[in-house]
Amino acid sequence: MKRRQFIQKSTAATVLASVGGLGLQSFSAPRTKKITILHTNDVHSHIDPFGPEDGRNANKGGVARRATLVESIRMENPNTLLLDAGDIFQGTPYFNYYGGELEFKLMSMLKYDVATIGNHDFDNGIDGLYAQIPHADFEFVSANYDFSNTVMDTHVKPYKIIVKDGIKIGIFGLGIELDGLVNKDMYKETVYHNPIEIAQDMSRILKEEQSCDLVICLSHIGYQYKNNPDKVSDITLARATKDIDLIIGGHTHTFLPKPTIETNSIGKNVLVNQVGCFGLYLGKIDFYFEPGKKVTAEGASIIV
Amino acid sequence: MTSKHILKLCLLLLIFSCASSNISKIEGKRIDIDDSLSANKAVEDFITPYRLHVNKDMDSIISYAPETYTKSDGEFNTAIGNLMADAVYSEGNPVFMQQSKKNIDFVLLNHGGIRSILSKGNVTTRTAYGIMPFENSVVVVALKGEQINEMMVYLSKAKRAHPVSHQLQLTLDKNSEVRSTTVNGKPIDINRTYYVATNDYLYNGGDGMDFFQTNEGLYVLNYKIRNVLIDNFKKTDTLNPKQDQRFIKLKD
Repeated sequence: MKRRQFIQKSTAATVLASVGGLGLQSFSAPRTKKITILHTNDVHSHIDPFGPEDGRNANKGGVARRATLVESIRMENPNTLLLDAGDIFQGTPYFNYYGGELEFKLMSMLKYDVATIGNHDFDNGIDGLYAQIPHADFEFVSANYDFSNTVMDTHVKPYKIIVKDGIKIGIFGLGIELDGLVNKDMYKETVYHNPIEIAQDMSRILKEEQSCDLVICLSHIGYQYKNNPDKVSDITLARATKDIDLIIGGHTHTFLPKPTIETNSIGKNVLVNQVGCFGLYLGKIDFYFEPGKKVTAEGASIIV
Repeated sequence: MTSKHILKLCLLLLIFSCASSNISKIEGKRIDIDDSLSANKAVEDFITPYRLHVNKDMDSIISYAPETYTKSDGEFNTAIGNLMADAVYSEGNPVFMQQSKKNIDFVLLNHGGIRSILSKGNVTTRTAYGIMPFENSVVVVALKGEQINEMMVYLSKAKRAHPVSHQLQLTLDKNSEVRSTTVNGKPIDINRTYYVATNDYLYNGGDGMDFFQTNEGLYVLNYKIRNVLIDNFKKTDTLNPKQDQRFIKLKD
C-alpha cells in the first residue's frame, strides 16, 4: 500500500531524476507535447471562394486559401492532423463535371490524413465514389457502414491509428442512416449499424486494446436534432459513450463559433465541434499532453 | 526500502510514464477562411484549367433576380420554393402532356432540395447549379385521392416549407391539423387519380415521403430539375417570385 501511495504522489521529475541516476539514458526529459487537429466538414465541392456578389458568403472560403492556412499551421506544429467529416462531394459544377476527382486531388495536395463518408458522397452512386478512390492519398474511416458486399470493401476501414511525436491517436468514423436519405440504388448493399453501439465498441478498442492517448470520432451523423432530440446525433453520442476525446461532426451544417463541451457517460468532458459547411472555416483543436502526469479529477483544462 | 526495491519502483514508474500521456490542456477555435489569406499558388495553378473549362459554360447570364431569396424566408411557403415548384409545373407539363396526353395536377418538391440561395443580381447557369446541384429528374406519379390526403397529413406534420405549385392550396389550423385542401380550386376526391410531379429522390422515399409508394403509375420525364430551372430562367427576363397563400397555417 505504501508503495502505491508513493507512486501516486511522486512527480515525473522525481522519477526521472532517479532514472537518470541509474544510468538509463534512453528516456528523454519530460516535455509537453502538442497535437493539433484541423478539420473541415460538408465542403460540398466548394473549391473556389464565394464571389464578391454572393448574398451570404461573399469572399469567403476557397481551397487554395485553406492550403495556405494549413501549411502555416503545419509549419508551426508538424504534429498536425487534417481531417474531414464527410460530404466532400456535391454542391458546385466541379462535381457535376468531374465527379469528385478534383475534390480528392486537392485534399491530397493539402495532405488530408483521414476523412469519413457523408450521405452526399454516394451521389454518383457507390460506384461513383469507388471510381474516385485512386485520386485520394488519404484514408477513409467508417465504423458503422459495412461495405463488405460492395465495391468499397477494403477501401474503408473502421478506424485509423496515427502516431505523432509518440502520441497514439485513434480516429474512427461514423455515418448517417442512409435509408430515406439516399436512394438504395446509390448505396446498394452498404449496411448501416447503430452509431452509439459501434462508438462504444470503437472507443473500447482504441482506448483499452490499442492504448490510444487520444480518441477522435469523425462523424457525419449531425450535431443535434432539436425537433427530434432522441435521434442519434453528436450530442447524444457524446453523452452515451466514454473515452472519446473529440467528436468532429458534419451533416447538419452547424456553424459552431467554438467547440461544445459535453459530459460523457462517466462524467468526463468530451469536445464536439463542427465548422458549418462549404470550407468557410477551419476548425483547430490543440491537445497538450503531459507524459505520465495525472490530470485533475475534472480532467484537462479546456480553453475554447 | 532497499535499493532493489527502488530500482523496481523506478522501472515501474518509467514504464508508467512512457506508456501513458495525459491530456493536460485543450484549446479549440474556429479560423475564418477569407480574403485575408493568400491563395496557395500550387493549389491555385492546379485548379485553373478545371475552372476555365467549367466557367466557359457556367457564366452565361440567363435572367435577373431583383432581390435575394432564401428557403428560410417563410414558414410554410417561400418565394424561392414557389418559383421552383411552379417552374417544374410550367416546364414539365408540356413534356408530360406529350408523353401521356394528361395534365400534371400539381408539383411537390422538398425544402431540403433547395441547395442554395438565389442572390440578387444576374442569374447565370451557375445559379441553377447552386440551387439544384443534384442530378435528380422530374417524375410524375399517379396517386389516388387517399394518398393525396396522406401527403397533406405528412406536410402538416413536417412543418417545413416543402415547395408546392400554385394549383395546390393547403390550409392548416392553429394546431397544425389539415383544415382544407384543394387542387385547382376543388376539394380532394378520394376516388380520383391525381398526377403529381416530383423528383425521383422523393418518389423513392426520400425525406420519408412514403405516400408515393402506393401509386397508380410512374411517368419518367427524363428532365433534370436543374435543366427545368435553366429553361425556365432563360424564358424570364426578370424573376419575380413571391411568397403567397398556397400553403399556410391559420393563427386562430
